[in-house]
Amino acid sequence: MIELTRRATFSASHFYWNDAWPAEKNEQVFGRCANRNGHGHNYTLEVTVAGQPDPVTGFVVDLKWLKDVMEREVLAAYDHRHLNLEVAEFAATVPTTENIAIAAWKRLEPVIESAGGARLSRVRIYETAEIFAEYRGEA
Amino acid sequence: MKAHFGRRYMLSASHRLHTDALSAEENRATYGKCNNPHGHGHNYVVEVLVGGAVDPETGMVVNMATLDEVVQKRVMERFDHTNLNLDSLFVNCVPTTENLCRAVFELLKDALPCGELERVRVEETENNFFEYAGE
Repeated sequence: MIELTRRATFSASHFYWNDAWPAEKNEQVFGRCANRNGHGHNYTLEVTVAGQPDPVTGFVVDLKWLKDVMEREVLAAYDHRHLNLEVAEFAATVPTTENIAIAAWKRLEPVIESAGGARLSRVRIYETAEIFAEYRGEA
Repeated sequence: MKAHFGRRYMLSASHRLHTDALSAEENRATYGKCNNPHGHGHNYVVEVLVGGAVDPETGMVVNMATLDEVVQKRVMERFDHTNLNLDSLFVNCVPTTENLCRAVFELLKDALPCGELERVRVEETENNFFEYAGE
């Protein structure tokens, strides 16, 4: 089996806030990320698919197809958006790096699955060069 | 729902690869430039990967500020701007990056505020790195 990874970048703003908590607790737990005016990042989305190379093409997946899937399913929704205010899955879920990785997985997995070739193996989101989260689905 | 949170830290330290188990000549043959008696240094990147359930209230596997405090206290304060050969962990153990990687894993594995330490990766330069995920 071969794993193949493709990267893409998107820029978005967000803040961390749990409506169930008083402001003081939000500020204590989330620190600077609790600023309700938001802040932004250049995120990197890293998508890894796993499968056998096709005997004719030698591809695990067509990289152009994977690029288009990433753009259509994730970047179109997240790039140059305010994640809390403009992306449905973060209306009531804090857009932490962990939750973005899970949400991106949920957007990508059905499309990659229905293509019938490689399976989605891992989604990794870099918030900065030093911070990332990854999700590998439910084991 | 299990996810992983990764964080990279930088520390600068010196070391010399040398073991008393080998002769001077064998040390030079084995470790090459790294056996220079005066040592040399690196900017190491330590990458810590924590796995665990995403807390439904915070959306986090682990609070980064708390993780930073633990790594700062147990790893950075111990190794940053030091000579690794002089650390008690490396008295009888060559401070190769393999061994540094394992030492960092052991220092952190029971000290995390939550989640489980899945893997430690130490990059010695841009071109070589080492990973340890426990036994």
